[in-house]
Amino acid sequence: MQNEEKIKIGWFSFSCCEDNTVVMTEVLNDHWQEWKKIFDFRHVRVLKSKNIFDDFDIAFIEGAVASPKQEEEIRDIRNRSKKLVAVGSCAVVGLPAGQRNTFDEEQNQHISFLVTKFGASPKVKKVSEVVKVDAEIPGCPMSPEVFLEKVNALVSELYPDLISNHNS
Amino acid sequence: MHTFDLSMEHITKIEGNASIKLKVENGKVTDVKFATEEYKRFFTEAMKGKSLSAIPAHLARICGTCSNSHIMCSIEACENALGIIPSTQTKILRSIMMHGLMIRDHALHLYLFSMPDIFGKDAFLDFDESDPIQHQLLHDGFDVKSAGNFLATLIAGRSVHATLPTIGGFLKSPDKAGVTEAIEKLKNIRPAVLRLIEIFKSAPFHFDRKTKYIALVPKDTFGYINGNLETSSGEKFEEKDFRSHLEQTVIPYSQAIGYTYQGEGYMVGSLARINLAKDKLHPKTLESAAEVLELFPSTDIFYNNLAQAIEILHSIDESIDLLSNNKFVKEDVVKTDIAKTAPGTTGIGVIEAPRGTLYHKIVLGEDGKAASGEVIVPTGQNQINIERDVGVLVQKLLDESNSSQADLDKNQVAFEIEKLVRAYDPCMSCAAHFLKVEWEEK
Repeated sequence: MQNEEKIKIGWFSFSCCEDNTVVMTEVLNDHWQEWKKIFDFRHVRVLKSKNIFDDFDIAFIEGAVASPKQEEEIRDIRNRSKKLVAVGSCAVVGLPAGQRNTFDEEQNQHISFLVTKFGASPKVKKVSEVVKVDAEIPGCPMSPEVFLEKVNALVSELYPDLISNHNS
Repeated sequence: MHTFDLSMEHITKIEGNASIKLKVENGKVTDVKFATEEYKRFFTEAMKGKSLSAIPAHLARICGTCSNSHIMCSIEACENALGIIPSTQTKILRSIMMHGLMIRDHALHLYLFSMPDIFGKDAFLDFDESDPIQHQLLHDGFDVKSAGNFLATLIAGRSVHATLPTIGGFLKSPDKAGVTEAIEKLKNIRPAVLRLIEIFKSAPFHFDRKTKYIALVPKDTFGYINGNLETSSGEKFEEKDFRSHLEQTVIPYSQAIGYTYQGEGYMVGSLARINLAKDKLHPKTLESAAEVLELFPSTDIFYNNLAQAIEILHSIDESIDLLSNNKFVKEDVVKTDIAKTAPGTTGIGVIEAPRGTLYHKIVLGEDGKAASGEVIVPTGQNQINIERDVGVLVQKLLDESNSSQADLDKNQVAFEIEKLVRAYDPCMSCAAHFLKVEWEEK
């Protein structure tokens, strides 16, 4: 399959521990040959340097949204993507990355100068508070099985012919 | 003479998000800033008031790829605070858990992050399957990663954010079938790791300079949990005394904190460990890697990659022995009455994470819960050296360009910087997220 015919994948990490990125690279252990044929890893910083930021068939968002700059970036990704998937606990429910949302007054006094200094938002948000999300893969980290299930479902929805041709 | 600013907002193929800002005036590097772009998540603030049993899993969320080392280090700190002595079987399982982590994590770094630079490829997945060597390496890479993942999952429940290790032991022991399968997988990947060592031994990249290095050096077998801290200049100090040796440095433009030793930057990680303890490697590793081990001790940062490959081999050989020579039985977790532990009691945990020495400290509160804590991560300790080395590297490229009258290709400069940073294997998720606190030993 030529590169331009492949499914364009974007993988973006925001405020999180990137555990889902590691799980994704472990899922690759068993699926890399199959995925190499059908996926164009267009913007996946953990895998490559020459990333292209144009349009995506599926954009995966890992992590919570911690600043106005990150909100802007996620809106931009949404506008470029046919499907947007929130991956992992921080993206889906905003935690634990957003644990400072529940800090008491004393804790907030300890951290407020750093929140302000680096331009973070007063409240950390989950992805669905910022943009429309087409699918969610919960877990800390995500389960590899659920990830594969969702990926296969999205690919079948977007490109039913591609999967049947690939399997035949 | 060259005058320019170079800003690299996202360094790729590393763990997390880092940036470099570089200023060159009249052919001289005048400023380098290596910073994490991660937003703080305040784990040490959030740990206050949590039950001790929740602390290892909480601190694991600092970083995905290093999560099992944070769990291990936090358990050690909590057990030291509570006076818990784990069983012999628990100690063995913890050693194997760390070996699984090293195999998986080093393989991710070496195959997916660093190896494409050697072969002039952008990505590991771009390797040419019709080329016999590249084809072999593609399969090797995913097989080695997979075996490490299997081993970590067998012992710890998951290779990321492990579920089985806990304060006082493991919630479950590995079953016999799993142990047999793990031994088989480890034996199968050994030839691949010998090829990996050869690749990084003959890699054409070098960056040598003087620096101090520090690692936890075990008394007997090379490992990642026990021992005393040793430096390349011959000093030794106990884990509990580390805070009087490391100086904290606030890096105002970064969300991370740097550290110095005796007022200077230093290095931690595989290179430091192999430099200081190569004689303690497994006998089979010593035999198979005898020639390459002659290259150590070294201060060539690109040999950090080679040292990681050697550590994978050691972790395979050691795990095969530990799995083959021990029978694992169901064991109860060792418990203690937390309420009887005096408020203010402090526990220190120090282990070797894949990227270097990791320190956890916990202070108990009135109610047996965590009152406060601190975490010092490897990348924080390497940060000052990374920045300094990038400056030296770019100055060298500028001098070469000036003397040869050749144009300086900024893309090439950026690539050389990325390659150097990658050799350190930084973890930016770990480097951020800590609140600076004053730490006074009581």
